Amino acid sequence: MATQHPALKEFKYTLHRIFKNPTAILGFTLLLFFITVAVMAPYLAPPKYEHNPYKVPHTGFSSIPQPPSAEHPFGTTSGQYDIYYAAVWGTRTSFKIGLFVVSIALLIGVTLGTIAGYYGGLVDEAIMRCVDAFYAIPFLVLAMTIVVAFGRGLDVIMIAIASVAWRNYVRVMRASILTIRDLDYVNAAKLMGVSDFRIMIRHILPNSIFPVMVVASMEIGAYVLIAAFLAFLGLGAPRGYADWGQMIALARNYIVGPPDDPFLYWYTIAIPGGCIVLFVLAWNLIGDALRDAFDPKLRRE
Amino acid sequence: MRTYILRRLFFLTFVLLGVSVIMFSLLMTFSPERRAMVYVTTPQQAKDIPSLIKRYGFDQPFYKQYGRWAKEVASGNFGYSLVASRPVSEAFWIYFPVSLELALYAAPCIIIFGIWMGTRAGRHRNSGFDHFSRVFSIIGWSLPTFLFALVLLMVFYGYTNWFPPGILSDESSLYIIEHPEKFVRYTGLYSIDGILNGNLSIALDSLRHLVLPVITLTVVVCAILMRVMRSGMIEEMSKDYVTTARAKGVDENTILIKHARRNALIPVITVAGTLVALLMEGSVAVEIIFNRQGIGWWLATSAIQLDMPVLMAICLFMGVVFVSVNLIVDILYAVIDPRIRLD
Repeated sequence: MATQHPALKEFKYTLHRIFKNPTAILGFTLLLFFITVAVMAPYLAPPKYEHNPYKVPHTGFSSIPQPPSAEHPFGTTSGQYDIYYAAVWGTRTSFKIGLFVVSIALLIGVTLGTIAGYYGGLVDEAIMRCVDAFYAIPFLVLAMTIVVAFGRGLDVIMIAIASVAWRNYVRVMRASILTIRDLDYVNAAKLMGVSDFRIMIRHILPNSIFPVMVVASMEIGAYVLIAAFLAFLGLGAPRGYADWGQMIALARNYIVGPPDDPFLYWYTIAIPGGCIVLFVLAWNLIGDALRDAFDPKLRRE
Repeated sequence: MRTYILRRLFFLTFVLLGVSVIMFSLLMTFSPERRAMVYVTTPQQAKDIPSLIKRYGFDQPFYKQYGRWAKEVASGNFGYSLVASRPVSEAFWIYFPVSLELALYAAPCIIIFGIWMGTRAGRHRNSGFDHFSRVFSIIGWSLPTFLFALVLLMVFYGYTNWFPPGILSDESSLYIIEHPEKFVRYTGLYSIDGILNGNLSIALDSLRHLVLPVITLTVVVCAILMRVMRSGMIEEMSKDYVTTARAKGVDENTILIKHARRNALIPVITVAGTLVALLMEGSVAVEIIFNRQGIGWWLATSAIQLDMPVLMAICLFMGVVFVSVNLIVDILYAVIDPRIRLD
């Protein structure tokens, strides 16, 4: 095809660059695996409670974990919660956390960043000083404080992380708007009397959104990690909710087995822990590959 | 230079004002009744709640309550900590040395290890070591700190029993309690106090308890440092002055250490603020898992018990640390690289 649309050509080139990278292929494979598990969850692990599939079934209340068996393929953790069920439905929980947080944070961050970058002056100053104040407190610490202020629960954790995460996107968005704000085509649009809102949406956003998207893909993993830690502390969903962080919290007292077999309860930590690590790794590998693919310095080597 | 520092100090107070407003707004999400509950201990006192609200002004507008709170905080009154069962400002000095000790040992490990790995990876780009370092850094990013700490504890405490959790072993703590006159707490850091008191066994015992926390923090935090160092080295090694030095016949090690690495270190300084933030974040998980009663442990325990004054005080403290570190970094940046002008 000789007359390819330049945008299509560029897109194909980007795809080619991404999939040339073996780590990207690994990342996308892992992500595809988790998406499959999340979509197929009702078939892989049929829910016992129809009205609330995220509730992990448990047989009995004994606090001593049971090793893998035919009935419980990955064993049970403290409180006899089925680890296999929690691992499968926990995938949905993690996607929910990652995608909810990133979309809310992007919405706030991109809006504020665009306004700050486009208008400049006093508006810019006011928004950026607010961002500075949010930046002064470590992410985890601020998120934890917000969770405490709004009570506990999985939805509160998601809101708390989102209300800290936006700060990053404002800075990235503003920086990338500043590079194109004064270009001729923007000035031409202004002269033609196009409204500010339309210029931002139609002309500036499409040309400056990519750096933010790359940062976002790299950050999803971090959100899942923070949510897992907050759930581990007991600030998350009520006991028995399918959540990997909570599964590790339940296993916490069993990291050391009896003296003659210290690794007796390895599966209680290894399975939910492995799920978290692989899930976060998938997003980080993808983010890494996207960054390399969109990096103008490396792009035309 | 002086005007720049003064301007930044002015700016610092502004940021702290912002932080305190954020913190206070979070506190204000609690209803007046709920905040009055703090003063209620028995069911009989519940009928006093309306008068308590009146007395402490919980129903007043935001700016009035904020003004009062800010005045109290400025005079050093941060409220009362339920976890420590003493005032926050007093409890702070109990927990702070524990965290300081951890940071004092972790920071050099992170810096040395990160710079060493980054330099080697950047110098031998696409070598086996470089690939290893990239895998290491991406795994460091993906590992939850608390999970890594748990696994370390599982292996080195549960299996080999080399490094137990906690701050000191029972024998050492017992010795300190029984012989308070023989163990003066000069600094509050057990490893240093042990040496100052001439009691090496306590110092060694404290170091033994520090090994796993320091390893955890190093692995989790040094990834970003390694990355910046690696890309800095790659960039510097391809510059003309390196080629010139090679053409002159300067040996490779001198080029590496005296020319390239020095210049590659400049961008590294800019991530110092991020490193400090990561270190503070990481120490929360580390102190919880290894049961070290430091600031991070206090923060997490207070969060579980919904102890808001502590959370606010620690956020303010971390804000001060973070903003001051960034100020120092910016000044250092100009000192090291004369091309950068502060205005």
